[in-house]
Amino acid sequence: MGAATETFYSVIRRQGITRRSFHKFCSLTATSLGLGSLAASRIANALENKPRVPVIWMHGLECTCCSESFIRSAHPLVKDAVLSMISLDYDETIMAAAGHQAEAILEETRAKYKGQYVLAVEGNPPLNDDGMFCIDGGKPFVEKLRAMAEDSMTIVAWGTCASWGCVQAAKPNPTQALPIDKVITNKPIIKVPGCPPIAEVMTGVVTFIITFGKLPELDRHGRPKMFYSQRIHDKCYRRPHFDAGQFVEEWDDESARKGYCLYKMGCKGPATYNACSTVRWNGGVSFPIQSGHGCIGCSEEGFWDKGSFYDRLTTIKQFGIEKNADQIGMAAAGVVGAAVAAHAAVTAAKQLTCKRDGAAQER
Amino acid sequence: MQDKSRHLLTPAVAADAARADRTVKRDVVYVYEAPVRLWHWINAAVILVLGLTGYFVASVPPTMTGEASDNFLFGYMRFAHFSAGYVLTVGFLLRIYWAFMGNTHARQIFYVPLWRKSFWAEVLNQIRWYAFLEVKPKNHAGHNPLARLAMFFMFTPTISFMIVTGFALYAQGAGNDSWQYKLFGWVFSIWPNSQDVHTWHHLGLWVIATFALVHIYAAIREDIMSRQSIVSSMISGEREFRD
Repeated sequence: MGAATETFYSVIRRQGITRRSFHKFCSLTATSLGLGSLAASRIANALENKPRVPVIWMHGLECTCCSESFIRSAHPLVKDAVLSMISLDYDETIMAAAGHQAEAILEETRAKYKGQYVLAVEGNPPLNDDGMFCIDGGKPFVEKLRAMAEDSMTIVAWGTCASWGCVQAAKPNPTQALPIDKVITNKPIIKVPGCPPIAEVMTGVVTFIITFGKLPELDRHGRPKMFYSQRIHDKCYRRPHFDAGQFVEEWDDESARKGYCLYKMGCKGPATYNACSTVRWNGGVSFPIQSGHGCIGCSEEGFWDKGSFYDRLTTIKQFGIEKNADQIGMAAAGVVGAAVAAHAAVTAAKQLTCKRDGAAQER
Repeated sequence: MQDKSRHLLTPAVAADAARADRTVKRDVVYVYEAPVRLWHWINAAVILVLGLTGYFVASVPPTMTGEASDNFLFGYMRFAHFSAGYVLTVGFLLRIYWAFMGNTHARQIFYVPLWRKSFWAEVLNQIRWYAFLEVKPKNHAGHNPLARLAMFFMFTPTISFMIVTGFALYAQGAGNDSWQYKLFGWVFSIWPNSQDVHTWHHLGLWVIATFALVHIYAAIREDIMSRQSIVSSMISGEREFRD
């Protein structure tokens, strides 16, 4: 595992990075986290003096898209994050060790860094049939997760799988896959949802934790406020078209070519908390809406079960039928309206016959 | 007020004798006080605005053409919706205040004496009246018991639900540090994905629309068919017994 008390700075210097570049990195990171100029020196100070934080990165039911995203981080470069900033002691997909040797690292870290290591979880554990739907190193993943969570300092729930459940937890969820916070309830958990989360958001969160030795400020769902406190819609560059009432109505219409708002095409931007419209993807190149497709809300809870990605009014399943609010509402109002009309007709008919009777009697 | 109205009702029956004379002085009870009437009509107007703009925000009208800077359709619609929402909320709060300050009728939409046997007897009677099984309806100074049930179970909770979910959705735009989020952010603990809140809020529109349909029909019908004034009572405040 290497020298346990090595600081980030010594690792960085050993790799031939100049002190000047090191400070550049610190100020860039402070900027990307939206921190003040003073924070750059605090980051530098922390990296020079604090030992590298051991990170155990585990994979449950998932597709590794979080890892794929993570390794594409540009600010900071993932190379810096993995090789210099953290001590990534265990990660099935990118570690050199294998077999018993790899599994031994887990026990070693648990014993040596009790209460000091960060447990990063990608994917989630299925609980059905005693967790038999995800076997990892000969044991159900859920057991491994519980064991490693026990002695961790904090847990990072990478992606929508670990945060909300994602596709494996979508209805009817045959394996009973559960997000991490439903399985581990006694540890601080930071959710970094997204399918996958943005690379810079991931490395930004890692940088914050190792710099300040604590979790960033979280919102009510446990997401870091700095990346998840605004919706895609709030910072969308197509927002002026929304306010103007200019919408794409077909994928190949004039409005689509003009880059109008995708609200009518079912864009979930107004209901999705993420940083895509500010940080963007692939080093700030683009994001789904910029590429002409609505947001599908991949960082939101149960986004697979909220009806079509292409409807503004999504369907409601609670009534046993797949209809949207307008269809249900109009049907209800229609039935009541018909009943009212019928009742009015009967009332009128009755009134007429009564009058005729009354007139007959008077005669 | 209740006692007084009963007192006034008794001679109403005696007034049958004077029926032939149309100029006879009719019995009148003061039911809806000015704040209740004012609230009722303002409420009706803002619900109309909220319903229309709300419907079109979700079920979007055809796209606008031209420069984005020349159009502000959704901006205006949302502005109308939000301002009407504030008026509705302030009105509803004042209405709750008036439930404490006003007469007994001002409290009718906030509680129903479900525990009272006589109430259920009157409900049954009212249902029979609407089912054409009663020849003559009973007189009621305030809401008839069936109307009261509808108010209590359909109107009051739906309006409260719409105010709460409406402000929660508004908080999304206002930001997580806004007072709206501090007060109503708990809605997102129930529905973490706000798309659900959008959907339920929109469904609430249809509950209100259905309620309005029945409410307006029943008010007009009873104005014609029953033995008391209904529609004009919400203007003058006075309930007139026409026996």
